[in-house]
Amino acid sequence: MMSAAQSQSVRTGRITRTFIYVFLLVASLFYLLPFFIMLVNSVKPLSEITGGNMMALPQVFTLEPWAAAWSSAQVGVEPTGLRPYFWNSIKMVVPAVFISTVLGALNGYILTKWRFRGDTILFGLMLFSCFIPFQIVLIPMARILGILGLSGSTYGLILVHVVYGIGFSTLYFRNYYAAFPTELVRAAQIDGAGFFQIFRRIMLPSSGPIIVVCVIWQFTNIWNDFLFGASFASGSGAPMTVALNNLVQSSTGVKEYNVHFAGAILAALPTLLVYIVAGRFFVRGLMAGSVKG
Amino acid sequence: MGFLDINNVTKSYGAVEVLHKVDIAVEEGEFLVLVGPSGCGKSTLLNMIAGLEDITSGEIGINGRVVNGVHPSNRNIAMVFQSYALYPNMTVGQNITFGLEMHGVPKPERDKAMNDVAKLLQIEQLLDRKPGQLSGGQRQRVAMGRALVRDPDVFLFDEPLSNLDAKLRVDMRTEIKKLHEKLKTTIVYVTHDQIEAMTLSTRIAVMYEGYVQQLGTPKEIYDTPANLFVATFMGSPAMNIMNAKVVMKDGRPHASLVTSEGGEALLPFSQDNMSEWDDKEVLLGIRPEAITDPDGADRKSSNVVALENRIIVTEPAGSDTFVTTNLGGKDVISRLRADVPVSAGEMFGFAVNMEKAVAFDPATEKRIEG
Amino acid sequence: MARAGDVDFKTKLQHWIPKVVLSPSLALVLLFVYGFILFTVYLSFTDSRILPSYGWVGLENYSKLWRLSHWETSLKNLGVYAVLYISISTVVGLTLAIFLDQKIRGEGILRPIYLYPMALSFIVTGTAWKWFLDPGIGLEHTMHLWGWESFEFNWIKDRDFAIYTVVIAAVWQSSGFVMAMFLAGLRGIDSEIMKAAQIDGASNWNLYRRIVIPLLRPAFLSAFVILSHLAIKSYDLVIALTGGGPGRATELPATFMYSYTFTRNQMGIGASSAVIMLMTIAAIMIPYLYAELKEDK
Repeated sequence: MMSAAQSQSVRTGRITRTFIYVFLLVASLFYLLPFFIMLVNSVKPLSEITGGNMMALPQVFTLEPWAAAWSSAQVGVEPTGLRPYFWNSIKMVVPAVFISTVLGALNGYILTKWRFRGDTILFGLMLFSCFIPFQIVLIPMARILGILGLSGSTYGLILVHVVYGIGFSTLYFRNYYAAFPTELVRAAQIDGAGFFQIFRRIMLPSSGPIIVVCVIWQFTNIWNDFLFGASFASGSGAPMTVALNNLVQSSTGVKEYNVHFAGAILAALPTLLVYIVAGRFFVRGLMAGSVKG
Repeated sequence: MGFLDINNVTKSYGAVEVLHKVDIAVEEGEFLVLVGPSGCGKSTLLNMIAGLEDITSGEIGINGRVVNGVHPSNRNIAMVFQSYALYPNMTVGQNITFGLEMHGVPKPERDKAMNDVAKLLQIEQLLDRKPGQLSGGQRQRVAMGRALVRDPDVFLFDEPLSNLDAKLRVDMRTEIKKLHEKLKTTIVYVTHDQIEAMTLSTRIAVMYEGYVQQLGTPKEIYDTPANLFVATFMGSPAMNIMNAKVVMKDGRPHASLVTSEGGEALLPFSQDNMSEWDDKEVLLGIRPEAITDPDGADRKSSNVVALENRIIVTEPAGSDTFVTTNLGGKDVISRLRADVPVSAGEMFGFAVNMEKAVAFDPATEKRIEG
Repeated sequence: MARAGDVDFKTKLQHWIPKVVLSPSLALVLLFVYGFILFTVYLSFTDSRILPSYGWVGLENYSKLWRLSHWETSLKNLGVYAVLYISISTVVGLTLAIFLDQKIRGEGILRPIYLYPMALSFIVTGTAWKWFLDPGIGLEHTMHLWGWESFEFNWIKDRDFAIYTVVIAAVWQSSGFVMAMFLAGLRGIDSEIMKAAQIDGASNWNLYRRIVIPLLRPAFLSAFVILSHLAIKSYDLVIALTGGGPGRATELPATFMYSYTFTRNQMGIGASSAVIMLMTIAAIMIPYLYAELKEDK
């Protein structure tokens, strides 16, 4: 078949194409199913789940579970809902993302445009810190946070996430600035601009895309973190993920599946929103964080 | 001592010396071109003048002041980069005045300087645009405007035309030359294009492998190249280099070459001192335009000799016809007038202008002074 | 010639500022990453229990660790989990990428659907799959209601099969990411190579087997490295999905380390298990990062 519309380099027959479409659609059902179940069952009364079909659409539509998950469900010992923990996460994420992005931008600028002997080794050290199993730092971190009086507090978590976020944010900016023409920096030097003037006037105005990528990546990672939250802020200072886990795992009383699902969606909502609004940048971040060091 | 003084300057990266004892004195108002193939050290030298790279040893002085260790912005230089290096986020006007702003020049003065330069370069209508909206030639002008507005002691150009297409490059070359003649500024200009070097410069420094091979006026460089590298690098098509033996005949030194037919051609040298090389091998260098059809030969030359040789290839180029023949064991290109009827495989009577011929010592590759 | 000062102030300043600005980040990383690693390595040689203590016991923690059946179980589980997780994610990701690369209508909708789980927390993923796989209310229950009475799917409650449910949820989360990596690789292949192969008469199968997949080597390598380090670090998903159970059926080194250090008060042993995790990851990551950084130069 040589139809003009088919300009792709690989030609496929009709049967193969049908198979491919069926496969891709089935795959998309697989990826959508868990979210569909969470969503459908978060607006059902509990009796419809325990007594009925998980895949079925709700017979009685209710927002009760959402309200409960947000403001009244038993999380740990208090019936506070997830609301306070949601704000904990926000208070943790915003400063941590901001600080690690600023540091990453400066580091990337220095490591590409103000190179010095040994800079690649320093970058290698920072980069490797992205991939360590965090179990290796849990014990001393707990001690240090205790000594600094930051145990169980949001500030402690901000510190932790900044420290372990520097590697990735530096990686992003370094790779981005590596492609940024060094001649521009030289021209600015001849024009008399100094280190910070070049950064502010020349580099930053051209850094929009990588800032978005970095902010999204750090936001997603820090919001979704569980290990640090569980280790260093398990009480009332816990972030959303830890609170959700407490809600779901709590052994007291009846399992309110619908509330669990509503809570899970609440915990997923911020990152999911970011993904929907700026998915392009999210993918770029993923790729930059993996394919090229 | 000159206006720009490059005094025994070397550059090393670790243990590797990439620039060896460069010594150039540039007078005020001169147009010095550093030319050479990539990796010859010409851009490194320019960056050292600009202060963008450290000087390993030696001194660079600008306008009577040693500038080793002086920040680039305090050397009173301006630079035009290969990529133009226009700040993408600023308008043309902001690009031009950024340097003045950084030096604390008040806004009214900046604007006046900007308008003067814009007028000079005829880019007034572009002042509010961003670099991304400009054509290559316009960017080139803006980059020059940014350099001019500073009114520096020395202008540095780093291959400024290499990103332009062929036609625009010729136009801009003329513009730069006009500008230099009008402003009489001191310019150091780096290029790998020997035609730019010849047309623009008042003096040329030909560089290769970190050494200045020859420093001289375009005419000196072209007519009396210091060595084989300079001879073959400058000029297009390149100078023909042939294996020849010096023989004495009628008391005069001649170059003896093997012709295309295996016979011997004897070409008399204009340089008498070639007799010192009697019975020795030399490399004979003759530029294509010195091997012509008899009617195209230089009438003023006193040493034009006839030579029969077989044509291998003809390449009509419109204004001239280039003909390849075999002489002295090498393919030799000659430059004939366009309408001379020639075809491959024929014998042809060439006229060789031996006044323009040079000879090189095959061992040192240096030109034998005549 | 008038002499200028050796190096002027501005040059000196511009020389030092970058180093000064870089130093806080560097100090943080050196202290909180490398300092902490050294501290944990040190603890692994001490008799620390509920709190760090500095009695030197040499390799005792390591020999204890390797005798613990609990540790052995978590290593075995990790082996099964990592192999399946890496290979299934790679196969699924590659298949999706190749299929999506056939000028598919609706690619712009399908691609984000495959990839969105990557934006979710493992805790959310764990919660969703935990109840979906629960035989009491999830898939099995639904099948029964739909009339397939004999349908059985209780892996999550079964010691021998629970680890596979972790694999399913993890593949669900990461395979879209692998797809994106392969898709980027495919889009980077010179289309003239494909045309040349087709003119040479290669069938689609041979085109992919002999030309395209070998060209995707860098993407395979990246996928392997990323997936293997994710596998070794897996903690959240297990906690949310199975809590390590039933019994110890889904314990992994990460959960082992946590429980020994913080709930069983065997900090020395916990530290030594963390050191082994680090060494495993380092053995994979360091050669990879070294090669990538060297290429940059």
